[in-house]
Amino acid sequence: MAAAVRLLLADPASQMLRLAKRFSSTTAKITTHYTVVPRDNDPRWKDVNMERFEDQADVVIVGGGPAGLSAAIRLKQLADTNGKEMRICVVEKASEMGGHTLSGACIETRALDELIPDWKDKGCPLTTPVKEDKFALLTESGRIPIPILPGMPMYNHGNYVVRLGHLVKWLGEQAEGMGIELYPGYAASEVLYHEDGSVKGIATNDVGIAKDGSPKEVFERGMELHAKCTIFAEGCHGHLTKQLANKFNLRDKAEPQSYGIGLKEVWEIDPAKHSPGRVEHTVGWPLDKNTYGGSFLYHLNEDTPLVAVGFVVALDYTNPYLSPFREFQRFKTHPSVRSTFEGGKRIAYGARALNEGGYQAIPKLTFPGGCLIGCTAGFLNVPKIKGTHTAMKSGMLAAESAYEIVADENTPTDKGLEPVKYEEALRNSYVFQELYSARNVRPSFHTKLGLYGGLMYTGLFYLIARGKEPWTLSHGGADHTKLKPAKDCKPIEYPKADGKISFDLLESVALTGTNHEGDQPAHLTLLNDDQPVNHNLAIYDGPEGRFCPAGVYEYVPLEEGDGMRLQINAQNCIHCKTCDIKDPGQNINWVVPEGGGGPAYNGM
Amino acid sequence: MARVLVGVKRVIDYAVKIRVKPDKSGVVTEGVKHSMNPFDEIAVEEAVRMKEKKLAAEVIAVSCGPTQAQETLRTALAMGVDKAIHVEVTGKDLDTLQPIHVSKILAKLAQDEKADLVIVGKQAIDDDCNQTAQMTAALLDWPQGTFASKIEKGDGILTIVREIDGGLETVKVKTPAVLSADLRLNEPRYATLPNIMKAKKKPLKKLTPKDLGVEIKAHQEVVSVEDPPVRQAGSIVPDVDTLAAKLKEGGFA
Repeated sequence: MAAAVRLLLADPASQMLRLAKRFSSTTAKITTHYTVVPRDNDPRWKDVNMERFEDQADVVIVGGGPAGLSAAIRLKQLADTNGKEMRICVVEKASEMGGHTLSGACIETRALDELIPDWKDKGCPLTTPVKEDKFALLTESGRIPIPILPGMPMYNHGNYVVRLGHLVKWLGEQAEGMGIELYPGYAASEVLYHEDGSVKGIATNDVGIAKDGSPKEVFERGMELHAKCTIFAEGCHGHLTKQLANKFNLRDKAEPQSYGIGLKEVWEIDPAKHSPGRVEHTVGWPLDKNTYGGSFLYHLNEDTPLVAVGFVVALDYTNPYLSPFREFQRFKTHPSVRSTFEGGKRIAYGARALNEGGYQAIPKLTFPGGCLIGCTAGFLNVPKIKGTHTAMKSGMLAAESAYEIVADENTPTDKGLEPVKYEEALRNSYVFQELYSARNVRPSFHTKLGLYGGLMYTGLFYLIARGKEPWTLSHGGADHTKLKPAKDCKPIEYPKADGKISFDLLESVALTGTNHEGDQPAHLTLLNDDQPVNHNLAIYDGPEGRFCPAGVYEYVPLEEGDGMRLQINAQNCIHCKTCDIKDPGQNINWVVPEGGGGPAYNGM
Repeated sequence: MARVLVGVKRVIDYAVKIRVKPDKSGVVTEGVKHSMNPFDEIAVEEAVRMKEKKLAAEVIAVSCGPTQAQETLRTALAMGVDKAIHVEVTGKDLDTLQPIHVSKILAKLAQDEKADLVIVGKQAIDDDCNQTAQMTAALLDWPQGTFASKIEKGDGILTIVREIDGGLETVKVKTPAVLSADLRLNEPRYATLPNIMKAKKKPLKKLTPKDLGVEIKAHQEVVSVEDPPVRQAGSIVPDVDTLAAKLKEGGFA
């Protein structure tokens, strides 16, 4: 039943193909998760009680990041001002608030100033105002500085460098203090629907399922949290958002979302090299002119001389031999960069996908029973490289619209409420203004001139026309369609890790603190278990082994005979979502593992 | 029916990479993911199972530590514990806190709460001391059943199977007694969300060591905390003679 429903949710064009794929038997048997191998007719589940405990809230928010918490706080502010009781529940898959948060980050405090104007008095961890802003184009051995003038999108005067995980933790404390119910360690794994098809709420993950898909002694069903309005704030490429977009055709009028993968490290460096408030960005080397991406290096103002360094590679890259992780490691060895890290100590590593589709890729935001906020909808301003303030603002606007309908006692209780005013409010806000004016910057990289075309376009049009030019460029299709077959591409010679400035993958994954209960079905599910070897490996030489920043995917030789098989090291997963985005056959479907699992980021 | 006191400790999560503070005074704990000591989870599970089998009337969880210890206690409450006691220890006292103090606190609470059984995890995964159960028993002058991998209740007597280096040892102890839980005692249940919600309504009492007449006095001083030495690379030798020569060179033969 569940499998059939899932198939019906798939894009109609490939629906028949998927149906055929699913029900044809496969030689490889990798996936055991119940979303692919349903439990309904599984004899091992025959006598298991599948009833779920149900509870009712006014609003349920899926995801406790900047957007989700801003929405929760705004809702409570409205409820308190109007003397109304409102039960607001936030479910968050990380075991602690901020545990799965990863971002550069250099933020505009615009939304925070509106939400909590006295954030400074309340101890908000924004301690690094931007003092210095540098931008450069790197060549293999050189560095060409590019001046940043006021008016350019990356002009950061007035902004703050922040450890976003700490900001999220602080927002969580503010929320709890207001009486909002926060439930870290519990993942929303299923969307629930009323009879009329509107969203009724969510169900949290079941626990105690063994790796082979059978129930363990400690098996317990998740619970159902029903709400009048459910707000989805899952972050970039949310797995429930993926289902909702299909079910409610939210992407009919929008371009497919376009993404990047951002890898990040935090270093303790030599105090002599440390300059709190310095913000540096580069483009160019080590990426070629046709691969979009670049680096960031931010000097924090904390008790120890910390810097946050990272690298973004757009996921519309064409060469399957590209490894975003190794590009990042290579970047740090550039002559103008390496000196910062010499004598320093790496103390953290992580990665997360981010959205780059901007204005063209914003889906319809509301549907019966709920709405999408934050990066799961996709409000990141690419030339500014900022999405936190727009995510928070979207949360606040959604809250205002949701409050109106939820607080109204005359609204029906047997169907989910749609906060229709949210989308219009967002269109009239600075979020849309910014995204509209920046809309042509990212697609301007898609010409044969690549990076140089993009820089020229940004220089000419963005600065002069500020996005007022009458045309809107397209991203040209989804990221996963852009990968070229391996035979048409050259493998990339990456340098070996030196263990001092550059590191190997597994050593880095250990720093994420990621862990999952080992005895559970792999949450990286394959719709067809044979496709990895027959398609990904055969045509693209197994790109997932290179784009996964946590070493989840490994092609290993078969125990007997010739050939390879895909080994999924699900425990390594750091929930970045890159595989679900970039898999050329869209065969990998990331679902949420048992709550509490995943990375244990501290102020990332 | 027995009244059971369970000790739980909030420790750095076992999957997190530990980092030594630059000043070598300890390890970094600020902002790092913490969770209940895995052996204490097993202890809580055992106590809750006793209650379900009607061998225990009430289960009380205790934790000594900072405010965040309350999160650990909520997990215990969500697993089925009836009430919780948070003995607040912060600041300098927290740095000084050692098993001897925890044992004194548990012993006093065991008397105040009229416990028949005290169960703790066999050791905490941060200090690996493996001392609290034993010292608590000594302070109370109660028998102890440590490294328990099986507990059977009889009439005023407990039969404990202990995991020891040589194998398994079965002992009988009279109650009241102190037990410490080993890995194979049970598989702890998950703290599910409905139970976490219910746990908010269960009583959580706050005390200080002073309330219990315990002074957190320093008995020892941590001089320095360092990373283990970096493992030296080995070398492969071509034959046995070279090996023998290298061993002699290194003073090992």
